[in-house]
Amino acid sequence: MPRLSANTRHTVRLEINGRAVEGEAEPRMLLTDFLRHRLGLTGTHVGCEHGVCGACTIQLDGAPARACLTLAVQADGACIRTVEGLAPEPGRLSVLQEAFRRHHALQCGFCTAGILMSLDWYFRRTPDPSEAELREFLSGHICRCTGYVPIVAAALDAAKRLRDTKS
Amino acid sequence: MKPAPFDYVRAESLAEAHDVLAAEGGDAAVIAGGQSLVPLLSMRMARPGVVVDIMHVDELGGISIEDNCIRVGATVRQAELLTWPGLAQHQPLLAQALPWVGHWQTRARGTVCGSVALADPSAELPLCLLALGGEVALSSKRARRSVQAVDFFQGIMSTARNDDELIESVSFPCRGEGEGFAFREFARRHGDFAIVACAAVASAKSVRLAVGGVADRPVVRDFDDAVDDALAAFASELDARDDLHATADYRRMLVRELGRATIEEARKKCRA
Repeated sequence: MPRLSANTRHTVRLEINGRAVEGEAEPRMLLTDFLRHRLGLTGTHVGCEHGVCGACTIQLDGAPARACLTLAVQADGACIRTVEGLAPEPGRLSVLQEAFRRHHALQCGFCTAGILMSLDWYFRRTPDPSEAELREFLSGHICRCTGYVPIVAAALDAAKRLRDTKS
Repeated sequence: MKPAPFDYVRAESLAEAHDVLAAEGGDAAVIAGGQSLVPLLSMRMARPGVVVDIMHVDELGGISIEDNCIRVGATVRQAELLTWPGLAQHQPLLAQALPWVGHWQTRARGTVCGSVALADPSAELPLCLLALGGEVALSSKRARRSVQAVDFFQGIMSTARNDDELIESVSFPCRGEGEGFAFREFARRHGDFAIVACAAVASAKSVRLAVGGVADRPVVRDFDDAVDDALAAFASELDARDDLHATADYRRMLVRELGRATIEEARKKCRA
């Protein structure tokens, strides 16, 4: 592969929420900024920018990942899901999003997109987690508003509803 | 909190990665999962001229058993090792320690070799590599060599790797007959870097304890029966420091308490 020079923008092509997209990025551009500024997908939030807070969590090639710990050029050719891909259609929330609304699992909403992307992945792999397992899983996210109780309640409720619709 | 400019090369072969490292040396940084390097870039603690992405080099992948060791290639992600079916059978210490490495979301991207390459003094994987007496396989355009874990870790984020070398793989010895293992850690929040982490390997004759998070690198010591006094001496000899998270005295206290509990658990499993 040719060397991508530092001060030039290079075309990055990837699949986002089932759609092929492309945009331009310098090598130093983080995937968070690429999603937000180049592609206009501002649902992915930027918090601590060093992988601790979890606000920027997306699904990258089928696994949850911090968008702020990935360079846009690293993600060239990758398959990404962001919070914009969760709702089944405009004006309708997914089961998980609806549970968050019902349980007041967000106040300011800054951490929410990341938590939703993590949980969306987790429930496909672990449909029936215990509360302890769920809390351990959520340790990769920081929420400064809720105290986590409504987030855990919403997640448990969503997991149950997802199981019920499957059976 | 944005990285300074750098060139980017996505290497498609080991030779290509070696060439860049041979030409640029210390001005080049290897990226695999990026979970350690990208924050360093963003905080500008690292300012390389070129970043070499090795994630697409096929020959650096794979987990295998070789010479009674689990050999983990440079592009193997932590989540991949954690879900490798043979892990708990071949090396229980890794199965116990890996869930403590970062969070789900960072283990999905971060590599095993990347954590060893970074050599954070409180990281779990360097600690396990040292406790088990593993080794690091390095290669460059010039040569290949293996370095024992005890010689590899040289200080805070400082290792025996030369500027033109990259880690091809790390090898963790498989469990020996009748050995017992335990891992314990104290951190403010699950997944954060450990304030103190302990890994113990017990055999019928002795027990070996490795401690991370205290000195500038993980430290290992063998103990016989009289553990309490020896552990207290070990804790006081460690070059502990005060920082934002804990005082040196508190860390020494944790080494004594957590160390004893870890040793006891490993011994119990050894007898079982």
